[in-house]
Amino acid sequence: MPTTSVRAEASIKPDMEVYRYDEQIVRMFVLATAIWGLVGMLVGALIALQMPFWQANLGPYLTFGRLRPLHTNAVIFAFAGNAIFAAIYYSTQRLCKARMAFDSLSRVHFWGWQSIIVAAAITLPMGITTSKEYAELEWPIDIAIAVVWVIFAVNFFTTLRNRREKHMYVALWFYIATIITVAVLHIGNSLALPVSMTQSYPIYAGVQDALVQWWYGHNAVAFFLTTPFLGLMYYFLPKAAERPVFSYRLSIVHFWSLVFLYIWAGPHHLNYTAVPEWAVTVGMVFSVMLWMPSWGGMINGLFTLRGAWHKLRDDVVLKMFVIGITFYGMSTFEGPLLSLKSVNALSHYTDWTIGHVHAGALGWNGFMTFGMIYWLMPRLWRTPLWSDRLANTHFWVGTVGMLLYVMAMYSAGVTQGLMWRAFDEAGRLLYPDFMETMIQIVPMYWVRLVGGLMYLAGMVLMLYNMYRTIKSAPKDLPDPAFTSPREVAA
Amino acid sequence: MTKTSTPGRHRKLEGWPLVFSILVTISILVGGAAEFIPMVLIEENVPRIATVTPFTPLELTGRDLYIREGCVGCHSQMVRPFRHELERYGPYGRAGETIYERPFLWGSKRTGPDLSRVGGKYPDLWHVRHFEDPRSTSPRSLMPPYDWLLRSELDLTNVSTKLSTLKTLGTPYTDDEVASAERTARQQAAEIAASIEQGGGPTGLADKEVIALISFLQRLGKDIRAAGITAEVSR
Repeated sequence: MPTTSVRAEASIKPDMEVYRYDEQIVRMFVLATAIWGLVGMLVGALIALQMPFWQANLGPYLTFGRLRPLHTNAVIFAFAGNAIFAAIYYSTQRLCKARMAFDSLSRVHFWGWQSIIVAAAITLPMGITTSKEYAELEWPIDIAIAVVWVIFAVNFFTTLRNRREKHMYVALWFYIATIITVAVLHIGNSLALPVSMTQSYPIYAGVQDALVQWWYGHNAVAFFLTTPFLGLMYYFLPKAAERPVFSYRLSIVHFWSLVFLYIWAGPHHLNYTAVPEWAVTVGMVFSVMLWMPSWGGMINGLFTLRGAWHKLRDDVVLKMFVIGITFYGMSTFEGPLLSLKSVNALSHYTDWTIGHVHAGALGWNGFMTFGMIYWLMPRLWRTPLWSDRLANTHFWVGTVGMLLYVMAMYSAGVTQGLMWRAFDEAGRLLYPDFMETMIQIVPMYWVRLVGGLMYLAGMVLMLYNMYRTIKSAPKDLPDPAFTSPREVAA
Repeated sequence: MTKTSTPGRHRKLEGWPLVFSILVTISILVGGAAEFIPMVLIEENVPRIATVTPFTPLELTGRDLYIREGCVGCHSQMVRPFRHELERYGPYGRAGETIYERPFLWGSKRTGPDLSRVGGKYPDLWHVRHFEDPRSTSPRSLMPPYDWLLRSELDLTNVSTKLSTLKTLGTPYTDDEVASAERTARQQAAEIAASIEQGGGPTGLADKEVIALISFLQRLGKDIRAAGITAEVSR
């Protein structure tokens, strides 16, 4: 593919046009993904240690309270964020048969986003936070996020307009939904009146603030961690499997129903709170409905492998994707389950929720990202991956690690939830001392730490593999060039 | 949504990015609007409670410290209407209690207990000891110490700005309250520091951050008690 560049130019004809894809920007986003992934997971391991072992809190800057948002922001917006940008910049150019519209905007997007992450890494340990989950960054950084996102959108939509392919492939639908909705959510939830450069009060109060926050929080999961990764799946999985997508019709149905239904589900995070009953019931009903379009995506992904399952034996990329999609299926079944009021009554405020989000984050987002990176490495750096065996080890260490992680959290969550509600025969609380319910699950916190460290170890293996691959890559990596018939003005 | 059953027509749509994007935008706006607009328009969704008043300047400062330290990561402030929660914590959370909460601090995880009814449960001195070393009051606690709160200076320089910002957003502070915010805060801090000294605790805490945080914690659940709302547990 890349070697065609010289030949393409040599054989250029007046009615043909040559265009090159910007691969440098994809390499940049891939590297940022891996580096921030390591940072975010390291912070995760530290706060996992702080829970059973309070001595690991090094106040004031490195306490659990200040580091938890750093962990969530780093893995969501830095690790997963850079991964989806890598996926979008790589696949959009190919699906549109057009280079990204503005190289300059691509760079502003890259460096702007990395600066925002650095700003988060500095301000959060300093205690500069709005305290709204996954939206903790204060207003100046919020404005920067909005600006960078709009720059990204302009670049993306202009590329769509410049496309040489008439029809937009399903991956692009998901990217469109991502870009529009994240902008709406971020701006809607961040509206606040500044007190100083480092503090603001939201324009919403109490119940309204809670509803807006979880409209945002739930749909950040939907449109930052689900739709772009479905787009990623729709592009990279058929490529890796060398099979077309299972069902075009299913992709239409599940795309539109997912995009429409997801937004309604936010209030399920507020079951049994002061939010009016009707709102949480609507949220619960839509959450249950959401199960179907979610599994539509899973089925379309897994069935794409029909007739190609034997490839799993020695293709680490496909193995990663299959685990990723399976975890997507599991967590999108678990999500509706947890939204049911009777289940939520037990699970809410416990580690069950933590287990649920990590099934999604480690399994779906993490493994889809790893699969994509292992697929991209040889193509972007034009040299074989340094070690397939090491990648395979990564797969197993990561898989076992996250199974330990989620199992520990499920058992911790259910245990503590049951202890909170236990009464003795006289009708008094069986465990009136909160501490008792906490001490009981401390062993599970250690198991979680071991699982998390295993997952982190897999990440380190990937980084080393990437480093060795890049070291043996050719010095000169020109953008691949393609030709197509010139469009004649009508 | 209407085109789902006809791939042929959808195929056409795939050639029109602008129309496609507009349809996506409409699809994602419907749900949010349907849930949020009634919440704002219908007053009775947030029933008022007469005894619920805005935070004092010192409590507000303490609340901002609570936010700064990320307390919300481990402590909820929303008791659910279950018998076991009423027994353990007190009355369940009412919408009317939250009207001055910017941002809301209900939390989503209890690594420690709920705090929305903690006001008045312990004396001020207990909180000082607890922040200094949580295990001195709760032997097996997993909470990290917050001893620096006993040493760091209480910053009240922009407390008036905080009140006026909230006033702009609709919290009913009077102009007087805004103007005298710092003085009021100092007064309240001195009272709490005095009660700590009387109880045999450390001296000289009146201008330390811990005092503001304690004033906030001691406020939690107080308004609803004044309204006569209790846990209503029947055995």
